[in-house]
Amino acid sequence: MTETITDTRALDAQAVRRDFPILQQETNGKRLVYLDSGATSQKPSAVIEALDEYYRTYNANVHRGVYRISELASERYEKSRVKVQRFVNARSSREIIFTANVTASLNMVAYTWGRANVSRDDVIVFTEMEHHSNIVPWQILSGMTGARLEFIHVTDDGYLNEEDVERALELRPKLLAVTAVSNVLGTINPIKELVARFHEVGTTVVVDAAQAVPHMPVDVREWDADFVGFTAHKMLGPTGLGVLCGRRELLEAMPPFMGGGDMIREVHLDRTRYNELPWKFEAGTPNIAGVIGLGVAVDYLSELGMDRVRAHERELVAYAMEQLAEVPDLRLFGPPPKDHGAAVSFTLADIHPHDLAHILDQENVCVRAGHHCAQPLMERYDIAATTRASFYIYNDRDDVDALVEALHKARKIFML
Amino acid sequence: MGIIAREYRHMDDFYREYILDYYRNPRNRGVIEAPDYTYEDSNPLCGDEIRMDLRVRDGVVEEVKFSGRGCAISQASASMLTEMVEGRPLEEVKQISKEDMLETLGITLTPVRVKCALLGLKVLKSSIYGLPVPDEDEP
Repeated sequence: MTETITDTRALDAQAVRRDFPILQQETNGKRLVYLDSGATSQKPSAVIEALDEYYRTYNANVHRGVYRISELASERYEKSRVKVQRFVNARSSREIIFTANVTASLNMVAYTWGRANVSRDDVIVFTEMEHHSNIVPWQILSGMTGARLEFIHVTDDGYLNEEDVERALELRPKLLAVTAVSNVLGTINPIKELVARFHEVGTTVVVDAAQAVPHMPVDVREWDADFVGFTAHKMLGPTGLGVLCGRRELLEAMPPFMGGGDMIREVHLDRTRYNELPWKFEAGTPNIAGVIGLGVAVDYLSELGMDRVRAHERELVAYAMEQLAEVPDLRLFGPPPKDHGAAVSFTLADIHPHDLAHILDQENVCVRAGHHCAQPLMERYDIAATTRASFYIYNDRDDVDALVEALHKARKIFML
Repeated sequence: MGIIAREYRHMDDFYREYILDYYRNPRNRGVIEAPDYTYEDSNPLCGDEIRMDLRVRDGVVEEVKFSGRGCAISQASASMLTEMVEGRPLEEVKQISKEDMLETLGITLTPVRVKCALLGLKVLKSSIYGLPVPDEDEP
């Protein structure tokens, strides 16, 4: 990915940190070193207060209500949609559909667009570095339609294998599912370039942007992908809320996912006319507080500037990789910092990542250990699990130093 | 004491030397060819995998081996478990409880890690009964 960092003012992680109540606490005299934002980010006061304010002062269902607080809830809900649209530069707010999470977004594509468009003679391609949520729906779709699955493997240093990309292009697949940033390797994939190449052979492209949208400027128009999924809780927002950003023509032509309230225009006993976009895909009472909270989260990130967020994390990941590389017996995964997102995976000698995370926790350092919902990737590198530190706007070099210090302690405990 | 402090009380002696010794130099590690009882299972949380093989003569466990991979707690406790059951009547083995296993392990575990420690026992019992048994720590 070519990066143009336009805003050169460094992000002040210390100041950012003060906005996050959870980061103010100490356990056994040690501050919380939170290095698991790849799993879920912490929430700034502004977001927490927005949820509180909604429930305390204008809790009401959206749409259709004619009384004041319902109108206010509807207005804030729809305003958030526009904020999200602008944040990722989608063409229209009608292309922004709120779902439960990225998993729901990707499943929606599989179950609606997939079932309507994929058939037995088609090929579905996804990469070896996908999260299970961008693998299993396509396996299910393949099972339902008989379409063949093909894979793009990864290289030893964590890039997509170019030969596999070329082989996949020759197959003229119906669908390519690819992550923008690997949640394990940290690899930033060249989405714009991949989309252009696969569009040339008529492939519809679905991008899992869960690890991208929170961490770097994302312009879905520039990417030009057909579907892009991301999630609120990894970008300072609440859990239980995802986004599917889809190309309008495709969304218009797709059958709805779930039937029910809100997604209809008119219902008769024997037939229904569906609502227009985006509500056609938002059956039932949505996550109102969540959407409002996401709007505030987007404001917060916009104010920081996503260029600065990326620059901050790039610098921090470079520092972390450099420091980690000096820990004896430590094996780092993924590409060098220039192509590396906010997650850094590693193993340390024969210490199982679960044990390692446990020891780090005693130092109040929170990391993730396991297969990170990417078991094919674990198989690829012939490991059971990795330990992953993932960074965000509130992390700084002190957090990296605390991690490294705790790793040395772990080596001592394991008598290395 | 707050809830977090309470859980952390026993953490310092968590990775005792003998646990690491069982992890690095496991007793009864391996597989039995044509075992009388065998089963394998995993802990989806951290990917611990354990397989237990038993050879039983006249209702007594003659030989027992475990294999798999995972964290120090799961592998060490599985190894300790094999030592507990070797040479004992199958009926006695069936009676081994969660408490027996944790007592042998000799460390206090947080709820998440209890699952690791009990995976071996779960697999052992599943092998004897020939079907999956519920997690030992489920109510």
